[in-house]
Amino acid sequence: MSILERQVPGVVMTPDNIRSRKLPVVTNVLVAVAAFAVAAVVVLGTGIGNWVLAVVVGAVLYLVGLYFAAGRVEGRRAAKNRTMQALIYSACVLAILPLASVVWTLVSKGIERLDANFFSTSMNNIGARDPLGGAYHAIIGTLEQVGIATLMAVPLGVLGAIYLVEYGRGKFAGTVRFFVDVMTGIPSIVAGLFILSFWVLIVSPWFNDGQPRFSGFAASLALAVLMLPTIVRSTEEMLRLVPGPLREGSYALGVPQWKTILKVVLPTALPGIVTGVMLAVARAAGETAPVLLVAGGAAAINFDPFGGNQQSLSLFVYQQAGDASRYAPARAWTAALTLVALVLILTIAAKLLARRNKLSR
Amino acid sequence: MAKRIEASNVSSYYGSFKAIDSVSMTVEPKTITALIGPSGCGKSTFLRSINRMHEVLPGARIEGRLTIDDQNIYDPDVDVTAVRRMIGMVFQRPNPFPTMSIYENAVAGLKLNGVKKKSLLDEAAEKSLRSANLWDEVKDRLDRPGAGLSGGQQQRLCIARTIAVEPQVVLMDEPCSALDPISTLAIEDLMFKLKDRFTIIIVTHNMQQAARVSDKTGFFSIDKTGDPGRLIEYDDTQKIFSNPSQRKTEDYITGRFG
Repeated sequence: MSILERQVPGVVMTPDNIRSRKLPVVTNVLVAVAAFAVAAVVVLGTGIGNWVLAVVVGAVLYLVGLYFAAGRVEGRRAAKNRTMQALIYSACVLAILPLASVVWTLVSKGIERLDANFFSTSMNNIGARDPLGGAYHAIIGTLEQVGIATLMAVPLGVLGAIYLVEYGRGKFAGTVRFFVDVMTGIPSIVAGLFILSFWVLIVSPWFNDGQPRFSGFAASLALAVLMLPTIVRSTEEMLRLVPGPLREGSYALGVPQWKTILKVVLPTALPGIVTGVMLAVARAAGETAPVLLVAGGAAAINFDPFGGNQQSLSLFVYQQAGDASRYAPARAWTAALTLVALVLILTIAAKLLARRNKLSR
Repeated sequence: MAKRIEASNVSSYYGSFKAIDSVSMTVEPKTITALIGPSGCGKSTFLRSINRMHEVLPGARIEGRLTIDDQNIYDPDVDVTAVRRMIGMVFQRPNPFPTMSIYENAVAGLKLNGVKKKSLLDEAAEKSLRSANLWDEVKDRLDRPGAGLSGGQQQRLCIARTIAVEPQVVLMDEPCSALDPISTLAIEDLMFKLKDRFTIIIVTHNMQQAARVSDKTGFFSIDKTGDPGRLIEYDDTQKIFSNPSQRKTEDYITGRFG
């Protein structure tokens, strides 16, 4: 008898028959039907919960029932396999449910004000009794603020990551990496306060006759502070994934290090870097607190990111959701839908752009 | 225009670890020299120190003199990139640039070193791919990705890329160890062809390969793990494989050791 046979019951090392019985699909379905029927009767019959609880209890009963049914027919190992597989599928469904729910809620509630007026007007002169009013000014604000923040954070972040991966040695690089990690955890309100005290209260008076002034650009600065660590870390990971032999291959051709990084390492890592940048952009586009603190929000259209209050979509959602007007919630939902769609479109566009440079496989 | 390489008392270190000890050898122009020996004996380290590729690792340094046509490549005023342009290298695993097409891979060295004229690049691409015996297989799909070729083709593409910058010496670090026998044969044929133009030094674990392709052979060995590698014997390939003067060499090539 082999060790395996002695230790694990039911295992035969030299079986005469390599076939085994399989649980019929009918049995599987019967177990599922029975499990959900029992759950429905118990939960709804006794009135301890609604259909959601019934489904959850039914799923648990199904897993248990499947384990015993399969155990009787197929043996313990196969039964474990089946149960675990079913568990993984349920976990996957469970993870997707909230996401689907969010999308459904956004679309179903946001569709009400999804009209041309919403995208072409601002909230200027819109009173509590006006059903119209739109988010044009907020869309402009979000695009400008996030765009400027991206222009600042991407070059800095990518160059910083290149330093950490390709040049950084010893204590200084370790310190930089540590502070980047610390920055990742900065709450957005703290970034907003930092820019408020530094830019809005100290620097902006120099350009405004001694008066502090809110601006979209200040919001961009705060958003850039928030984007920077995400970009550095994700770019760093992507650059580290570029195989060393590629760099060596380039060096061996007599190509200097900076050109190797620019023409071999960065293009190879580009799709991953773009993904990291888009994550940072998505985060920045959704930030409300810094914009509220340093751009102030506005009801009117303001194209100039350097002069005066500016609105953003997330801030618009926040303000409309808390507004007393009965037309405001619909505007908030549509603005939220617009924000999600905007980020989605930007992400898809960036991915396509990054892929176009690559060769077709 | 092939060049003569002279190493005198070259010792190589990684930090405080001594990888090779006092290697001296002279490699004549337009010859193929094979370096053989057990794993970890320092033959790759020696090869990489010839074009200063070992410096990619932090803490790597070298003692002794390594000259190419009487210029010491370790002089302080020497430009590393110039050394590497003069002494090309082919690696163990084919490493074509994944974002570049076959054509771009072949002329990558020229392009990245500043050649822009399309006609020159076209000419160099065809010439180097022909030299690497790859032209007929890829001429209809030059714009396809280089990583889509077979392993043997990728390795020949890497050889084409190396010789496109017209180096004087080509170093090969076990170029066939990841390839099948037919691709290996293709690359050995190629080495004979390239011998007219370049000095070639090849590290190989395949002793038949060393015996087939090389004019001279150097045998490296270590006494035990942790000791630096030494050049035990360096002589005509003919002599090394028929009548080596060192007992250790004979043990190694007859398979009694290593």
